[in-house]
Amino acid sequence: MSEILTINGLRKTFEGKPALDDVNVHLQSGKIYGLLGPNGSGKTTLIKLINGLLVPDRGEIYVEGHKPGPESKSVVSYLPDKLYFNTWMKVSDLLHYYADFYTDFDIQRAKDMLKRLQIDEHKKMKNLSKGTKEKVQLILVMSRRAKLYVLDEPIGGVDPAARDYILETIITNYDPEASVLMSTHLISDIENVLDEVIFIRDGQIVMAAVVDDIREREGKSVDELFREVFRC
Amino acid sequence: MAWHIVNDRPVYIQLMEQLKQAIMRGEYPPGSRVPPVRDLARAAGVNPNTMQKALQELEREGVMYSNRTAGRFVTEDLSLLKQLGGRQAMNYTEQYYEKMIHMGYDRNAMEKLLVEYEQQRGDDRKE
Repeated sequence: MSEILTINGLRKTFEGKPALDDVNVHLQSGKIYGLLGPNGSGKTTLIKLINGLLVPDRGEIYVEGHKPGPESKSVVSYLPDKLYFNTWMKVSDLLHYYADFYTDFDIQRAKDMLKRLQIDEHKKMKNLSKGTKEKVQLILVMSRRAKLYVLDEPIGGVDPAARDYILETIITNYDPEASVLMSTHLISDIENVLDEVIFIRDGQIVMAAVVDDIREREGKSVDELFREVFRC
Repeated sequence: MAWHIVNDRPVYIQLMEQLKQAIMRGEYPPGSRVPPVRDLARAAGVNPNTMQKALQELEREGVMYSNRTAGRFVTEDLSLLKQLGGRQAMNYTEQYYEKMIHMGYDRNAMEKLLVEYEQQRGDDRKE
């Protein structure tokens, strides 16, 4: 098993205040990781740094040995926390757009998933509901044959039935050597599919553990542990 | 098979228990081939790594064995399966017994209830 993502001593400040401080993360290939933390804890900042959308003040990030840049982006499939498509585009336009951008994009896989979730590819994005737009975006991201999937709140806006299907897709479709890092606060919905969890608070990693170890040691779910650790 | 995973216990242990039950029910008969890890994981809604761990643990216990080329199989060791069944039955008995004692029933009351329950169940089936 090799290391797909290495983060050492990462620090990022906004207006002089640290959003992340001394963050160290090591992700192995072939595993599913949950990035869990309350609002404003630094989840999205960390994800943006991994994807090269922000520049760190200090520390280093390597994806398969590459600093964030064209090489890392060719192996990382990223689901941002916002929708970013042109709304005049049809779903089918987006499929071709993705196929043009990413050589690892599997258009047939995307079409199968759209069909399964009964999304009409001839519709324009602006005529789809918010949840359906999110599904389309997630389908595009999961249809790349990437080595690392970084998903920022992938299931927040979709209904429970679609959520189940999406999780099933995440656990069965991806390559056994690929890894998934997903942030969410809907912990109880996803904890059965996670290998490991990373708890983040006030820009610092407060815990990184194997899910089954937590249950064995604490006799409680990750969701319960989260509520205890982050009690307001 | 139908899976039921709860959140407060290690997933791989629950998978092991439910796979053992499926074997004892005859869903996976002795000597039969176990479905691929990915198929089982998808059906149970769990991570393939976790399912893999459960199957490896079952191998360690001798309930399953791997054949390098042909895949994974349920053991043909009937005495081991019987022993497994016995242990599980004893667990259920213990749970039942403890709960009934807790409710203030003694052994005689339990027997009477069992007989009553069987009659009722028989009546329900006739209807």
